[in-house]
Amino acid sequence: MPGQKSAVLFAWILLIPALLYVAAIVAYPLVDTFHLSFTDASLRKTTNWVGWKNYQKIFDTEFAEIIGRTFVWTFLSVSLKMIIGTGGAVLLNAALPGRAVFRILTMPPWIVPMAIGIFMWGWMYNGQFGMISGLLQRFGLSDGPVAFLAYGSTAFWATIITDVWIGVPMVTMYMLAAIQSVPVDLHEAAWTDGASRFYRLRRITLPMIFPAAITMSMISLISTFNSFDIIWILTQGGPSGSTTTMIIDTYSTAIGSKKFGEGAARAVVICLFLSAFAILYFQAVTKLSRRMTT
Amino acid sequence: MMKKNAMIDRYRWWEVVLMYLGIAVFLFFILAPFIEGFLVSLKPLGLLFSTPYKFIPENGSFKAYVTMWESVPGFARYIFNSFFISTVITLVVLILVVPASYAFARIKFKGAGSLLGGFLAVNMFSGAVLLIPLFRLMRSYGLLNTYWSMIVPGVAFLIPTAIWLLSTYMKRIPRELDEAAYVDGAGHFYILRRVILPLAMPGIIVVAITTFIGAYAQQFIFALTFNSKTEFMPLPIGLFAYFGRQEVIWNELMAASFVGIAPAMILIFALQRYLVAGLTAGAVKQ
Repeated sequence: MPGQKSAVLFAWILLIPALLYVAAIVAYPLVDTFHLSFTDASLRKTTNWVGWKNYQKIFDTEFAEIIGRTFVWTFLSVSLKMIIGTGGAVLLNAALPGRAVFRILTMPPWIVPMAIGIFMWGWMYNGQFGMISGLLQRFGLSDGPVAFLAYGSTAFWATIITDVWIGVPMVTMYMLAAIQSVPVDLHEAAWTDGASRFYRLRRITLPMIFPAAITMSMISLISTFNSFDIIWILTQGGPSGSTTTMIIDTYSTAIGSKKFGEGAARAVVICLFLSAFAILYFQAVTKLSRRMTT
Repeated sequence: MMKKNAMIDRYRWWEVVLMYLGIAVFLFFILAPFIEGFLVSLKPLGLLFSTPYKFIPENGSFKAYVTMWESVPGFARYIFNSFFISTVITLVVLILVVPASYAFARIKFKGAGSLLGGFLAVNMFSGAVLLIPLFRLMRSYGLLNTYWSMIVPGVAFLIPTAIWLLSTYMKRIPRELDEAAYVDGAGHFYILRRVILPLAMPGIIVVAITTFIGAYAQQFIFALTFNSKTEFMPLPIGLFAYFGRQEVIWNELMAASFVGIAPAMILIFALQRYLVAGLTAGAVKQ
């Protein structure tokens, strides 16, 4: 096509506004975070270079414990999202009357303001009058009220369940799209050979959607690792730190106590983990696409 | 062919029962908080705390939906703010994303792939990681405690997905169209405005809807951190302040939540066909 040179120039002119915007609001702050992590920045006017001190400081605290907790929290949440979401997708794919309505009914947690969904969970977890505690007592599974957010172990699970609830619709819709893209002839051929429905699910559908499942779990891993709203609204990291993940810890250090330098050091550690996840993600995607094409 | 498909999709009765049971459990998990929240909004405050637990409210009424307008003084303002912020975010995102998507979708240039990858990498970082420098940035430009403190960062994190969706859509428009226009002597800008934009309109609408919903659904961390003025608070933050009080008036809080999510719900039902297409586009290779 003629005029290639002017076309390239035109492309850059079109890209510049978006590029500048992302550079100013994402790239620059990212660089600034690294810079700040070596300073004692706070609300004061002056900031001093302190070298690795912030990093040494965070490893003196219970930071290792927080990292461990973050990984357990993220792992449990992502696994549950994938299992429930894929299960839901298989069910919603079945040719049953009403499935169009069921699919719409799956969407609300994803679409409504996240904070509002979390308020409703806050009520459900309430010991004296929440639904879960109420039903447990009704069915005799618990003698007295259970205040889920008041104890470390139950609060830990409560925040996970709410995170799963918010993440499931996206996984379901994504996996449903993957299931629908499995070629029909495969099912027909197997069906002609007398394969049962369950056999076809296990031997055709699940292997065929495996690459999509890997992609989805990596996307979900990154967003779950970054999860903030749920924990902050339900427990603010408590009781006594039992739901403090790395993001929550960073937020309360940086914004709560206004220790920007120490907060930035924590943010840098988070960025390192995120980059590792991203590398893992790209490797998985390229490996999978190579396997699919050969 | 039709007949064969119909046969393949024929279930035995116990399979149907099992699947409906599974769907019921699945949807109960998804909808339980909404059901519970709605029932709570109907219960009179005095009966909320009665034991033993009752699922179905006695003396239920829509009274909380009336009284909440007085108990949450800024309520109408919060809803307006939510809409206002989301609308401005959507407009800014479209202004930035439409030209950028055109460049990615219709023009071949060196480094396009890695540049697109760079945009998508933004999705990796949540706002929380970048809060400190963003806070300082907002402070030095005097944007703290204004609408802009929520709009500016909100836009940045919605750009990547929007570019991805829209450039995928624009790639599907046949190349022959702009080539023909080019041969007829049309310039780049003319092709963009008169050939591609009209054809990409459905895609642009999908991107606008998903961006709006994203902006509406995710108003929390920036609003929590960068704004402390009641008159600029979006709904989630306004209600959060209310939620954090010692004595929460739960039935009104739930009523307010329902009024707050109503716009999103109406959008889902009206536009669900576009939504599913938009939200899962690019998810699975064709």
